[in-house]
Amino acid sequence: MRRTVTFVLPVVLLAGCLGQTQDTNQQRNADAKDVTLTIVANAVVGGKNQRGANWLNTWVIPKFTEAQKAKGVNMTVKFEQNGAGDEDYKTKIALDFKTGGGGDIVEIDGIWLGELAQAGQIKPLDDVVGKQAVDAWDGWQQIPDAVQGLGEFEGKRYGVPQGTDGRVLYFNKKLFAQAGLPADWQPRSWDDVLAAGEKLKTLPGVSPIQLNAGTAMGEATTMQGVLPALVGTGTPVYENGKWQTGGVKDVLGLYQRIYRDGLGDPVLQQEAKGRDRSFQLFAENKIGILLEGDYFWRSVVNPKTGVAKMADRDTAVGWAKIPARKPGGGVGRQDFVSMSGGGVRVINPNTKYPKQAWEFMQFLNSAAAVKESLAGIAQITQRKDVNAEVLKGDPMLTFVSEQVLPITRYRPGLADYPKVSAALQQATADIVAGRSPDDAAKAYRDALVKAVGEGNVA
Amino acid sequence: MPERRTWAVAFVAPALVLIGVFLVFPALWTLYIGITDYQLTGPTAINPRVVGVTNFVSALDDALFTNSVWLTAVFVLGSAVIGQNVLGFTLAWLLRRVRPWLRRTVEGFVLLAWILPGPVVAYLWFAVLSRDGGTLGTLVGSNTAWLVEYPMASLVVFNIWRGTAFSMLLYTSALAAVPPSHLETARLVGASGWQTVRDVVFPHIRGHVLTNTLLISLWTANDFTPFLLTAGGPNHESEVLPVLIYRRALESGQLGYASAISLLLLIGNLVIALVYLRLLRRRA
Amino acid sequence: MTGFVLRRIGFYVVITVVLAFFAVPMLWLASAPFDARPGLGIRWPDWTLSNVRTTFEHPFALTSLVNSLILCAAATVVTTVLAALAAYSLSRVRIPGRDVLLYLLLLLSSVVTGTAAMVPIFVLMLQLGLINSQLGTALVIGGGMLPAAIFILKDFMDSVPRSYEESARVFGARPRQVLGHVVLPVARPGIATIVVWAFVNAWGNFLLPFLLLRDVGKQPAAVLLRTLNDEGGSANLHVIPVFSLLYSIPVVLLYLMVSKRYGFRFHGGIKS
Repeated sequence: MRRTVTFVLPVVLLAGCLGQTQDTNQQRNADAKDVTLTIVANAVVGGKNQRGANWLNTWVIPKFTEAQKAKGVNMTVKFEQNGAGDEDYKTKIALDFKTGGGGDIVEIDGIWLGELAQAGQIKPLDDVVGKQAVDAWDGWQQIPDAVQGLGEFEGKRYGVPQGTDGRVLYFNKKLFAQAGLPADWQPRSWDDVLAAGEKLKTLPGVSPIQLNAGTAMGEATTMQGVLPALVGTGTPVYENGKWQTGGVKDVLGLYQRIYRDGLGDPVLQQEAKGRDRSFQLFAENKIGILLEGDYFWRSVVNPKTGVAKMADRDTAVGWAKIPARKPGGGVGRQDFVSMSGGGVRVINPNTKYPKQAWEFMQFLNSAAAVKESLAGIAQITQRKDVNAEVLKGDPMLTFVSEQVLPITRYRPGLADYPKVSAALQQATADIVAGRSPDDAAKAYRDALVKAVGEGNVA
Repeated sequence: MPERRTWAVAFVAPALVLIGVFLVFPALWTLYIGITDYQLTGPTAINPRVVGVTNFVSALDDALFTNSVWLTAVFVLGSAVIGQNVLGFTLAWLLRRVRPWLRRTVEGFVLLAWILPGPVVAYLWFAVLSRDGGTLGTLVGSNTAWLVEYPMASLVVFNIWRGTAFSMLLYTSALAAVPPSHLETARLVGASGWQTVRDVVFPHIRGHVLTNTLLISLWTANDFTPFLLTAGGPNHESEVLPVLIYRRALESGQLGYASAISLLLLIGNLVIALVYLRLLRRRA
Repeated sequence: MTGFVLRRIGFYVVITVVLAFFAVPMLWLASAPFDARPGLGIRWPDWTLSNVRTTFEHPFALTSLVNSLILCAAATVVTTVLAALAAYSLSRVRIPGRDVLLYLLLLLSSVVTGTAAMVPIFVLMLQLGLINSQLGTALVIGGGMLPAAIFILKDFMDSVPRSYEESARVFGARPRQVLGHVVLPVARPGIATIVVWAFVNAWGNFLLPFLLLRDVGKQPAAVLLRTLNDEGGSANLHVIPVFSLLYSIPVVLLYLMVSKRYGFRFHGGIKS
């Protein structure tokens, strides 16, 4: 008896897992009067992205249900909160998509878009809700083209971006004054940055430059280290349909000069909580120059709400655009470069209510909702009209919005990207551990070929 | 006799059903995934293909895999087979005849280290090993980032702290079974402490030593807590097999490859168990 | 004589060092929760209770602890009851291949507790309709712990003298009665040990509850502790220490209770 049970059950289950049928009619349930939508986000009350979670709970859901009620629809919106690490969260939503479940609207990191799309787990908006309905939304005009790119894959729109950011070099003006460097510092080449580092090195107990490296920091190394440097060499990581290796050796040379010549603290780069520590050290005036996103300004050294508060942030923290290796040597012959990222909301192709989900999506991205989501805090949003209004009082964010976003680049949202990113992190870890740029660059190329195949590497 | 069989089956059946559904079935399925190129996302997520032994070949060819095997061996040998075993036995031996309050205190702390939840324990050891203000650094007057500069040594010490309780408990009960008259005889002929342990105690508890070593080796080989402390870093220097599997499965989404490594880890466990059975049989 | 004194001194030095080794890491749980500026390090705190207040105000802190209790109690009961029944009958009846079977299961349990098994487990639970079910999650956790629990308990059962049961049977007791009135009382310390062991193991499990329980109001403390971050995703050290302390109390209490009532040790247990 028991043998039969243990044998039969798996077979039944396995059979159940195969063959899922998907309803692709865009008008399904379009006239439903009782609708339940679920939104999934990596935000939780009392934890990560608390503001977003509160916004959904206390503003979006009541307002949206109210608006729907006026149209005679009995709408219930559920919010599935998460507060996990990005990788854990991604696994969870990928499992959801894969098994035909999950929320109707899901917030993802823009960088996952490509791999989810390639897996068929998300579909172009035109297919899910219909081209006509998508094009009819007036909100597109408010979202800059560069930012819309976040929600696109292979030229098709998959989702609506939630906002974006930009990376700059932050510097500590107090340390700069002590080292005889100007308060309006703007380096024009990598050499300028290194020269400033040499001067800062004379200050006791100060780590002159912190450029994220190593595998412990994960994506932070790629995004706040390798990629901004790489676009500064004129060769981005992915171009013309191939993964590029051209600039990698130069970038690794830069790492070597920072970490082998005592301009940066190599140990910090390898600690499991190294990034948090770099924030802390910057706030304690122990780091001279730090490459970070505008998040650092808003949420880390923010004198009121930061995790590493700097009471004198507004006077002590300076910022400068990231220079290319040489003037005019950056990608697109630019003098200055940056990288950006951001979240995207997508509609689950398995949703029972595509029409209503799209309505909800428009509501989430309306000017009123986007403005409300900031809860009075200045932050770069996806909408031009909202930015113009909320960034006025903040010189740093205005700087990013006006000077950095036009020159920025986004990561390639491809399925292979995480593997390439891991290989890049590994290459910087090799440098910090003492390998030469030649060796590390060669090892990187080998790893790249192994990860994506010879034919995809330039 | 047939009646005995019936109730025996009735008693075993619920456990077997649960194990069959929630353990054997997913485990076999995982092993099946190990021969496919299945990924969580990306193009191969739609139609995974059976690729045979490709994953195993590339694992054996992967420097990071061999690195992990080696680190896992160091971890198991250093922290379990030697560390927990020796410290656990020493504690059981030393605490045999001390005053009850002292015995209870020491045992209490050793057990506390064992029962505190994993995530909490990780924070406790961050506080011990962190570079500035960490307890160890303060005690020896240096600001070494222990988890970065000595990752494996840190993990070994940590795991001894974490797991010694089990060995201590087991040896305490084992020692209680050694006939006091034998110990008395050893004392009368003037045997030293070490001689007594070797010639009188050990023959009695050999079975316990083997069982204990098997269990703690298996638990240590499959322990995921190192991830919470070092995340496998720096630069893969503490990436034991369970951490490697986690990173491949979750961070890279390479489920086929990760499952293949799981099977290799299983084979490693099997080898440990076979060695143990062989030793046990030799005793009998 | 001096040899004896030296040995005594040596003995106490060893005991002190060992005690310090085990106790010092735990100091953080005593200091950081009540420190106005808690960090990852030990120092004499600026005493405050504000962290405690912050923690209690956290919307999910207390519910997650209740969820942990439900989840782990269920997993522990399932594991202990089924393991005790199975261990007893495996200990008393010769089933061919019994030992090999036990070892195989013990080995397979390592595959399932690894992360590679998450897709099969997730799909399985989805098909069974057990996603977002605390009981379902408890069953998975219990299934993973059962082999080791049976393995340990079987050795306890082996050490219960059969003569007791035989006399009971002579007086006409049925198997169930023999188990309830004769075997269980004798094996109680072993079962108590398994209760603590199972509970502690389930208490720290993160990945399964995280993947299988979707509603944040159902998730246990192990999941919440990993999500106690601030706005930007960095560890929130004003909440974590206090929460760690709260999170540790139940397992310590359970251990103290069991240890006081039954003694927490392997009574001549595990042998080959």
